[in-house]
Amino acid sequence: MKAAVITFPGSNCDRDLAVGFEKAGAQVVKVWHKETELPAGIDLIAVPGGFSYGDYLRCGAIASRSPVGQAIADFAGRGGYVLGICNGFQILTEMGLLPGALMRNATLKYICKPVALSVASADSAYTESYGVGTQVTFPIAHHDGNYQIDPNGLAALQGEDRVAFRYVENPNGSVDDIAGVLSENRRVLGMMPHPERAIEPAQGGADGAALFRALSGIMASA
Amino acid sequence: MKARVHVMLKDGVLDPQGEAVRHALGHLGFSGVEGVRQGKVIELDLAATDKAAAEVEVAQMCDKLLANTVIEKYTVEIV
Repeated sequence: MKAAVITFPGSNCDRDLAVGFEKAGAQVVKVWHKETELPAGIDLIAVPGGFSYGDYLRCGAIASRSPVGQAIADFAGRGGYVLGICNGFQILTEMGLLPGALMRNATLKYICKPVALSVASADSAYTESYGVGTQVTFPIAHHDGNYQIDPNGLAALQGEDRVAFRYVENPNGSVDDIAGVLSENRRVLGMMPHPERAIEPAQGGADGAALFRALSGIMASA
Repeated sequence: MKARVHVMLKDGVLDPQGEAVRHALGHLGFSGVEGVRQGKVIELDLAATDKAAAEVEVAQMCDKLLANTVIEKYTVEIV
């Protein structure tokens, strides 16, 4: 499996994300935001957390319109796998690859702590190895993780089983406790919590490793 | 020509920052504030000379970048 990890000015989880994939046996190519074409033969694009472009205008707004943004949209349009974590999730919603928006936390505070999540859908390459209802702990580290979507959009997400993760205790005000959502074709996942910060016990937990192993396994056999 | 863009959260979208400002005003003794909505103002210096065409172009800028129309609405003022 070959994963492309995008780096924007201000990304700070790109290395952790690359390690997550490498430890799972995947090959990783780092892609700078000014690239307009992606490396050949990639199976997945990972959009990392951080503060791309200093969160200017809105979190993810500038990154989503950057040169590599169009290449990511085209890749997703061809049915490619795209994983956006934290700022990456914000970027994917700004691009319109995922519905809804991430607003300021209801508490108005930046929150950085491990949180318990419940796997809400196992019907995706990202979550099938966990199984529905499994509880995992990933760290969150965000100021704007309050997921909001209009009532019709929310009904569609629920009806199509596209909520991938829910918070066990809602930290940020997200509607329906949503921590991560899937695209219609279930190949694009955006989530605020950081599985790449939970891949070995030294980090305080290793629940995230299974996500990278599952992706690596599925794409190695494809 | 200058354009002034006002970006506000759509009606019905909860504005936690506006709420915090409302509470702070209450603490300062301003008891009559029933609601606060916080938005942003963006000023653009344009080379355009045709007002109508500029309005159309700035609206496109809003749709493509300046506002997130999932949660925000905007108004364009040519000044």
